[in-house]
Amino acid sequence: MSASVRVERAGGAAPAYLAGSDRWQDWFLLLKPRVVSLVVFTGFIGMFLAPGHLHPVLAFTAILCIAVAAGAAGALNMWYERDIDALMQRTRRRPIPAGRIEPGAALAFGVALSVASVLVMGLATNVCAATILGISIAFYVLVYTVWLKRRTPQNIVIGGAAGAFPPLIGWAAVTGSVDVLPLLLFGIVFFWTPPHFWALSLYACKDYGRAGVPMLPVVAGARETRRQIFGYTLLLGVVSVLPWVLGYAGLVYGVAASLLSLGFVGCSWCVLRDQADTAGTSCNGDVPARLNFRYSLLYLAGIFVALAADKIVAWHG
Amino acid sequence: MNEFPPRPTPIEAAEMMRRQRGRNIALLVVLSSLAVLFFAITMVKLGHMG
Repeated sequence: MSASVRVERAGGAAPAYLAGSDRWQDWFLLLKPRVVSLVVFTGFIGMFLAPGHLHPVLAFTAILCIAVAAGAAGALNMWYERDIDALMQRTRRRPIPAGRIEPGAALAFGVALSVASVLVMGLATNVCAATILGISIAFYVLVYTVWLKRRTPQNIVIGGAAGAFPPLIGWAAVTGSVDVLPLLLFGIVFFWTPPHFWALSLYACKDYGRAGVPMLPVVAGARETRRQIFGYTLLLGVVSVLPWVLGYAGLVYGVAASLLSLGFVGCSWCVLRDQADTAGTSCNGDVPARLNFRYSLLYLAGIFVALAADKIVAWHG
Repeated sequence: MNEFPPRPTPIEAAEMMRRQRGRNIALLVVLSSLAVLFFAITMVKLGHMG
C-alpha cells in the first residue's frame, strides 16, 4: 500500500481516475533498475575501451540514453508480459500485475522513453549509436518478448542478443562505427546469457511452467538444462579469451579472463554433477545452480573490469 | 438520476489534486533537466564547430 491515500467508494473500487498508486517508486521499478545497472556498466566499458575521445557531457548523455532505452524496453516488456507476470511468484508483485500502474500508462511511458532515448542519442552522438540503440530496443521487445519468449526454449539464447548490444552502443557513441573488439564484447554477453538465465530457471522452473513459458527446464527437463549450461559455459570461456588471443587486450585481461572462466566452468561442472532424482530434480535444493547464478554476475562484472584495467595498464606501460 | 461520471467526493477531489500536483512537479523536473541537457549538448557541439 502506498503512502498515498487509498480512495475507495463505499462498496466499490476506486474510480478510474484514481486507479493505481502514483508512487514514483513504481515507475522506477517499471524500468527494471537491476537490468539497467548491468546495461549501463557494460555500455560504459564499451565507451571506455573505444579509441578516441568523447566530451564528458556527450558521454554522460550517451550513458543516460542507454539507461533510459534499457528501462523503456523493460517497461514495454512488463506491459506485454503482465498476464504471465501475474501467474509467477517472482513477478506477481511488479507494478502492473499488482495493479499499481495502469497497463496503458506503462505502454505510453515505455514508448515515449524509447523514442526520446533514440532521438537524444542521435542528436548528442551519432546516427550509428542511435540506430544500434533503436535496434536493441526493438530486438528486446519484438524479437525476445513478443516473438520468442512464449514460443521456444531457445528464447534466452537468441533473445540474449538484446542484452549484448550496450558495449556495442558505447563503442559506437565514441567512434561512430563498429569494430572487432565491441563485437567480441557482444559475443561475451551473448554466450554468458544462457548459462546465467538457465541457472536461475533451474530453481524457478515451477513458476515458468505455471505461466506456460517454455523455458528449457520446463520443456527439455533439468538434466538437459544442466548439460546446456555446461556447454555454453565452455563456449563462453573460449569467446572470453578471444580479445587477448587476437591481440585486442593484454596479459592482464588474458590472465583474469582465463581464471574467471575456469571458475565459471568449475561452477557449471558442479551444476552438471548435481545429484538429482529420476526426474532430474536436484537433491540439494539446487544449491550449485544458485551458486552458478551468483557467480555468473561476478563473472561478467570481472570480465569487463579486467578489460578496463588492462587498458589502464597499457596507458601506464 | 445518477451523474455520469460521478462527482468526486471531497476526499477523492483532494487525492486528485495531490496526484495532479505530484505529476506537475515530476514534469517540471523532467522538462527542466532536458532543457539543461540540451543546452549543455548545444554548447559542446558549438564548441566543437568553433
